[in-house]
Amino acid sequence: MEKKDYLELYQEMVIIRLVEERSAELYQQGKIGGFLHLYIGQEAVCCGITSVRQPQDRIITAYRDHGWALSAGIDPKNVMAELLGKQDGCSKGKGGSMHMADTEKNFWGGHAIVGAHIPIAAGMALGDVYQGNDDAVTICMFGEGATNIGFFHEGLNLSKVWHLPVLWVCENNIYGMGTTMERASAVSEIRQKAEGYGMPNDRIEGMDVMKIREEVSRVLEKVRKDGGPHLLEVMTYRYRGHSMGDPERYRDKEEVKKWEEVDPIGILRKHILHEEVATEAELDEQDQEAERIVDEAVEFAESSPNPANEALFENIYVEPTPIEYRGYAMEHESEGR
Amino acid sequence: MSRMTMREAVSKALWEEMERDEKVFIQGEEVGIWGGTYAVTKGFYDHFGEKRVRDTPIAEAAIVGSAIGAALTGLRPIAELMTINFAFVAMDHIVNEAAKLHYMFGGQFKLPLVIRAVSGGGRQLGATHSQTPDAIFAHFPGLKVVSPGTPADAKGLLKSAIRIDDPVLFIENATLYQTKGEVPDDKDYLEPIGKSKVQREGDDVTIVAYSKMVPAALEAADMLAEDGIEAEVVDLRSLRPLDMEPIIKSFKRTNRAVVAEEGWRSYGVGSEVSARIYELAFDYVDAPVKRVAQAEVPLPYNAELEQLALPQTEDIYHAAKEVIYG
Amino acid sequence: MAELVTMPKLGFDMAEGTLVRWVKVEGDTVEKGDVIAEIETDKATVEVESSHSGVMVRHLAEEGTALPVNSPIAVLAEKGEEPSEDEINALVEEAGGEPQKKDEEKKERKETVDKEEKPEPAANEKEEPEVEPAGGVRSSPLARRMAEEHDVRLEKVEGSGPQGRVVKKDIETFLDSMREEGRVEEAEAVGKAMQPLTAFSVGEVPEDEVVEMSRLRQAIGRRMQDSNQNSPHFYLTRTFKTGEMMRLRKELNQLLPESEKLSVNDFILKASALALRQYPNLNASLEDDQHIRRHGHVNIGVAVAIEGGLMTVVCKDADQKPIRLIAQEVREMATNAREGKVRSDDIEGSTFSISNLGMYAIDDFTAIINPPESSILAVGAVQNVPVVEEGELAVGSRMKATLSADHRVTDGAEAAEFMGVLANYLEEPLRLML
Repeated sequence: MEKKDYLELYQEMVIIRLVEERSAELYQQGKIGGFLHLYIGQEAVCCGITSVRQPQDRIITAYRDHGWALSAGIDPKNVMAELLGKQDGCSKGKGGSMHMADTEKNFWGGHAIVGAHIPIAAGMALGDVYQGNDDAVTICMFGEGATNIGFFHEGLNLSKVWHLPVLWVCENNIYGMGTTMERASAVSEIRQKAEGYGMPNDRIEGMDVMKIREEVSRVLEKVRKDGGPHLLEVMTYRYRGHSMGDPERYRDKEEVKKWEEVDPIGILRKHILHEEVATEAELDEQDQEAERIVDEAVEFAESSPNPANEALFENIYVEPTPIEYRGYAMEHESEGR
Repeated sequence: MSRMTMREAVSKALWEEMERDEKVFIQGEEVGIWGGTYAVTKGFYDHFGEKRVRDTPIAEAAIVGSAIGAALTGLRPIAELMTINFAFVAMDHIVNEAAKLHYMFGGQFKLPLVIRAVSGGGRQLGATHSQTPDAIFAHFPGLKVVSPGTPADAKGLLKSAIRIDDPVLFIENATLYQTKGEVPDDKDYLEPIGKSKVQREGDDVTIVAYSKMVPAALEAADMLAEDGIEAEVVDLRSLRPLDMEPIIKSFKRTNRAVVAEEGWRSYGVGSEVSARIYELAFDYVDAPVKRVAQAEVPLPYNAELEQLALPQTEDIYHAAKEVIYG
Repeated sequence: MAELVTMPKLGFDMAEGTLVRWVKVEGDTVEKGDVIAEIETDKATVEVESSHSGVMVRHLAEEGTALPVNSPIAVLAEKGEEPSEDEINALVEEAGGEPQKKDEEKKERKETVDKEEKPEPAANEKEEPEVEPAGGVRSSPLARRMAEEHDVRLEKVEGSGPQGRVVKKDIETFLDSMREEGRVEEAEAVGKAMQPLTAFSVGEVPEDEVVEMSRLRQAIGRRMQDSNQNSPHFYLTRTFKTGEMMRLRKELNQLLPESEKLSVNDFILKASALALRQYPNLNASLEDDQHIRRHGHVNIGVAVAIEGGLMTVVCKDADQKPIRLIAQEVREMATNAREGKVRSDDIEGSTFSISNLGMYAIDDFTAIINPPESSILAVGAVQNVPVVEEGELAVGSRMKATLSADHRVTDGAEAAEFMGVLANYLEEPLRLML
């Protein structure tokens, strides 16, 4: 890794942190509606993995997706605009926080139904195998809570039976909403579930982005070469609640404080300084630039227009199809663009 | 033109589309080596190979879910659900994912997949294997729901479903598989999705039907003709989008209608069609629209009881007589 | 710069929160991240952190108050700053203005999307009361529409549907029977109602009865005999297309009170008057063997049946009067005539007469000219009859009228032309308005 790569990696993590913090504020001001699931504390995972994936590798995740959207390469402007529901959002304001995607960056969302994207991930890998894209790997993230739902079982089983190149990444932040793993899962380590499918598996720490890069590179190449699935359990932690409005009765402040001491951004910063790759001042500069980028993104999002009323009826179908308007006459054609 | 059964028509459509486009493939339970539990894909495995005719584990959510994923990479999968009763296991993927992914991500995701399923009862398979929940799936915008009533439509509509870029739930009927009809040989014979079709013309009463109720409606129309009553039979063919135009055009002439479906009356297809008739042609109504449907009971195993519950040709005949006041 | 702290949105469906406890009191220093207050929502009590550093200068909400999301709850100033009352008020006002605007904006957008949301209140309110349908008649929407189109009263139609519902074929049956009877127009006669049948008993044959003729009867007899014998009558019959006239009449009558409604005869009267202006020979009298007096006025006489005979009431200068006035006058005079209160002015001076037996379902008839006039128009019933339109059979509204004219004053061609012009007026009845 070059110095500039370190600085980029660092800045990326800071941008994600800032975007999440600003989103929280905007949410409290009522400008972001619905659900908001913050990624604060887990930045090492998304930045670590996306920084070692190849362009042909597909990324798909659940609803805590802002970090993934940003690290996959979506401009913070478009992420912010999506959060505010504006037409310049990456999903044109139609998806919101939980449904960000950019197929050109090989980022396939942003999914809200717990575990539903898991069989879909298996399907994407199937698509690659079918079409001879032999060196593509589908990287699918989900929380530890999702490993108890039927979709998880069906998806993982299928990936093993059909020998599909999927890297199953469990972002284990210990709490599925407010329920700890111990209370929800039959086994204490998620990776043990992969044993049930005869699937190779690993468990790694998730707060150090450099460690993640190392481990994930190794595993990714294995999947790429062998072609079959692999489950990677990543131990991480979210500093904020499950989503905005979470009273967090399920954990105490001391625990949160303890994890904050291993803040992934702090860890990388220390590492960079220790290895003398860059100076404090240079890192501060990255901080400031990140701040500027996020400020601009918020400004852009706030001044971006709302989608036109007609957008309500767009992209329901690809084929031009008359759309019912309130059950009366067919007035609108779906444009399919 | 060739005369063939609906099963053959479906099979032909699948075969021809698989030959035409490498991206089309079939996956489902027992579709490969077994040849399909209704023999629709018999011979496919040997000809097309295991990559394109894929036997899956018994895992409907994965069958539909992975089809969705494959569609996202540019393929055109045909996911087969052995019966529509098993679709409930994959409900999320059918109505939450397939129907909505294109919309939620601002049009970035294309889902050109077809989900084929067999609907209907009457074969003593017990309550959980005999349902006709078609209307439930037609409820969701973003999905297209198609159900042919004739072999020709089966071929033409299935080909269209495979070729368009929208997700289609293609509902077949096991009892209809053996009905015969004239089917065009043309490999590019397509029928439009979202268009109803007049299967029989008449000026005295409008009978709206789809799937298994189409042959029943045509039989009832013959019975009515002996009474001097000429019925117009309109075949919906697609439940979503729902094409009311031929129905309203007919209704304005006949002023009375019967809607026949195999599913239950409450919240069913008939509810939707009659509501729209009242909205679009209120001043032409001479009698309330009559809905012929299944009795509001789970279907029992015993053969006579089962037939008692299911809508028959006679029911359509009597309903038509009622709305004619004759 | 002093800043407002507002009630934060702490959950996706939170609309208001209660400020349970102030943690930072007025005057306290606040660092970014410090808890400044505890706020209770529907779901939980949450500690709210400050997103800025500064000094808690003012509480704007008291402990225990519930406030909507985004309401101002405190003022945070920079260290060392001491905002004045006015500055604080200005801040609050500004904030107060903002949320309001946003709601309005939202409302506006919703209104445009809800474009067709409003149900027709009229249609819904006319809903059937619990037991009986509105108006007491059960009928299908189609039957109701047909009844209205054909001026049929639903109460008169027998319903063959369930619970006596009147349906399409019942209306058709009713119309058929009415056509057979020839009475498509309901009775709104300028004349007497039909006499009920007198009872008779089998077995008794009454004696001859000699009745003395009234003076009126004698007078009528004399005049008619005179006319019939002395005026060389010739007769022209023409069928008039009355569809437009009936439609216009219906429309106009919707605007008029019951007591003023226009009759078919009023239209014919006005039309005749206007046509006569163009054919003065028909509005004339024989002066002597060599002279015809073409009258300046067009005074139309209307035959009115009264007890013991008939009387002709006269609408003077009918061509000058609007049809509403004509109707009023004729109605009044006819009533007076029937009540025996007619004034001589009302029965004298006619230059042309109209006799209408349409309300008696008469197809057509010939009338005897009223001397000293030179013509009279005998009008039959308006009926829906089979007609040929563009080579196809259709149903049309038609009325026959027969003109009796005095051959000393006019002849066939002229009279026929008059009938043609009369037809123009009747068939394009808007001309009667001009």
